[in-house]
Amino acid sequence: MKFAKIEELGRKEKARQAEFKRRIFCCTSTACLSAGAGATHQALKQALAAIGCDEKEAEIVQTGCMGLCSRGPLVRVETRQEDPVLYGYVDSEIAQAVVRGHVPVAEPASDGEAGQEPASAHDMLHFRAGRRSTARERIRKHVISLASPFFSKQVKIVLNEVGQIDPQVIEDYLAHGGYRALARVLEEMSPEQVCDEILASGLRGRGGAGFPTGQKWHYVRGERSDRKFVIVNGDEGDPGAYMDRTVMEDNPHRVLEGMLICAYAVGASSGYLYIRGEYPIAIDRIRKALIAARRKGLLGRSILGSDFSFTADIRIGAGAFVCGEETALIYSVEGKRGMPRMRPPYPSTSGLWDQPTVINNVETMACVPSIINHGAGWYAQIGTETSKGTKVFALAGQLKNTGLIEVPMGITLREIVFDIGGGVPNGRAFKAAQTGGPSGGCIPEAHLDTPVDYESLTTLGSIMGSGGLVIVDDQTRMPDFARFFIDFCVDESCGKCIPCRVGTVQIRSRLDKIIAGEAGPQDLVKLEALCQRVKTSSLCGLGQSAPNPVLSTLRYFRDEYEEMLA
Amino acid sequence: MPTQARKNEPHPSGDERYRAIDLTARKFKFEKDALLEVLNSAQETFGYLSRDILIYISNQLGVPMAQVYGVATFYHLFTFDPLGEHHCIVCTGTACHVKGADRIIAALSEAFGIQAGETTPDGVFSLTTARCLGSCGLAPVLVFDGSVSGKQTAEAASRRVQELLAREAA
Repeated sequence: MKFAKIEELGRKEKARQAEFKRRIFCCTSTACLSAGAGATHQALKQALAAIGCDEKEAEIVQTGCMGLCSRGPLVRVETRQEDPVLYGYVDSEIAQAVVRGHVPVAEPASDGEAGQEPASAHDMLHFRAGRRSTARERIRKHVISLASPFFSKQVKIVLNEVGQIDPQVIEDYLAHGGYRALARVLEEMSPEQVCDEILASGLRGRGGAGFPTGQKWHYVRGERSDRKFVIVNGDEGDPGAYMDRTVMEDNPHRVLEGMLICAYAVGASSGYLYIRGEYPIAIDRIRKALIAARRKGLLGRSILGSDFSFTADIRIGAGAFVCGEETALIYSVEGKRGMPRMRPPYPSTSGLWDQPTVINNVETMACVPSIINHGAGWYAQIGTETSKGTKVFALAGQLKNTGLIEVPMGITLREIVFDIGGGVPNGRAFKAAQTGGPSGGCIPEAHLDTPVDYESLTTLGSIMGSGGLVIVDDQTRMPDFARFFIDFCVDESCGKCIPCRVGTVQIRSRLDKIIAGEAGPQDLVKLEALCQRVKTSSLCGLGQSAPNPVLSTLRYFRDEYEEMLA
Repeated sequence: MPTQARKNEPHPSGDERYRAIDLTARKFKFEKDALLEVLNSAQETFGYLSRDILIYISNQLGVPMAQVYGVATFYHLFTFDPLGEHHCIVCTGTACHVKGADRIIAALSEAFGIQAGETTPDGVFSLTTARCLGSCGLAPVLVFDGSVSGKQTAEAASRRVQELLAREAA
């Protein structure tokens, strides 16, 4: 199918949507579902049916994450020519009130013509308007200001359509300009130009390591091989992080479009989306997206009538944190134990089944369509000197507002914690921001004005990581917190190399000794030396970064360790 | 040694569930690379991987039993004992940890006399933990018989589970 035809589908969908006077979006992503969004969605539908209005008055749309997960279930009403209104804590009862408050009851006369109606009908209208205003009164305190810093400080690229579209309807993505970048790439750009464009945009790997994406693509493009692969890394094992899951669940086609552009750029003919087994909804949505794309000729042979062909399949991860490491992930796709190996050779020369392979994180792939659509220059002007674009963070822990945010690189941690996150609740004091999960570190108040970019966070002893950002207050004892992460790494160490397998266990037992109050000052010195050894001698990223939580807390909260000494 | 003919033979027990394994294996043309996919479908169908299931998979794919066992034990998602009738998963991700997941586990452990990862002797209730369920905005989170609930407290969680089990027993 030619793109003109596909574009037409998007236009039709857009026109269909425009026919409705208002569209009521109900978030049904995992976080809101666990707050009861299933019932909210049912209640919205029932309430609308009960009103019995003209069917063009309103449409209920099941959509993805709107960001402010702590106030879920979230519902947003978008009325033609009015500003959108967002409601939080919408249970079934409030959902009914939201519908009654926004949708006029079925009557030949609408509010505007009320003056010309005879007295009896006028009374009737008055009564109905009264009911409507009672409903409005009820829902008023559920309104969340869209002008608040939580929303105004964000810049959405990866999450642009998340919460705006129904992720299970490909036409909705098309109506929002979906697959336009792919069409442009196939029609106008050579593979080399695509790699150049991505390189010029300054996009770096969002999985945490921050390797320049365009560079990686150039390496694979330059390899001579009949078979090349693209793997999308959706094995988000980092506890406290759910950015990739949200993108896969709430806008699977954006990930797929990025993957297709990548495949064209490097000359790959097949690829895999490796998704965590713990994410059944993401697996289901990606599977449906693949089927829809195949039907529309966006996947398979001669995509959009060009001579580019690509097949994609899903591989389900079975719960091993280490599989986020690229060589381990490759073994896992091959059906083996996911244990990393020495690099070089890098996957770009010898990856899946020893063929050149690009592995990019879900979020990285999701950036690609926007870079092609708006140009590398547009992307590169967002962010700092070394880190371009935006980063999605899963904001969690002791904060007033928790949820999913996308911020421009270079924003300070203070802005994220206090403006977007709304600060620490219950009158407690902020203690530390933990970035990068078990591979990252804790950043104290004194360094909160540091801009968020790859280099600055590394200098502070933490890492950008995949995007988990957990805030702890003064009730958390830092040695305990460090032990929590080390315990995770002990569990998740694959056991291949000794520094990681034995070292993490030793770190944990020494921490236990400290926490139990049985350690002396020499134990702290030994702990630090041990951490350095594990960091420098481990085989892969897991071991190399496992000591970070201990080292960073020793650096900024040493007094807490010292207080525990015997 | 497994042969091509044996691959199409159903499991001698006649247990229909083995067909799920056959279907997945066939989808991947009995390639050895499909091991993880086949294990996944077996775990999903049976709820755990018994020795018998592992031997069957080893035969179907022509992969040595040592390798099947090695791969299966490497990944956390695979379990080797059947779960209880009711199952509670407590999330122990960072956000849930910070917000007191440990206290929930302790309360449930005490109420049922089992540790995390164990099943009550009568086979009614299993308590397990998950590394992160990705609902961090609603921490602490637990899943009881497939339904997720957020913002839990130790007391409420323990009471709720006991109530549900009591209702079941009545």
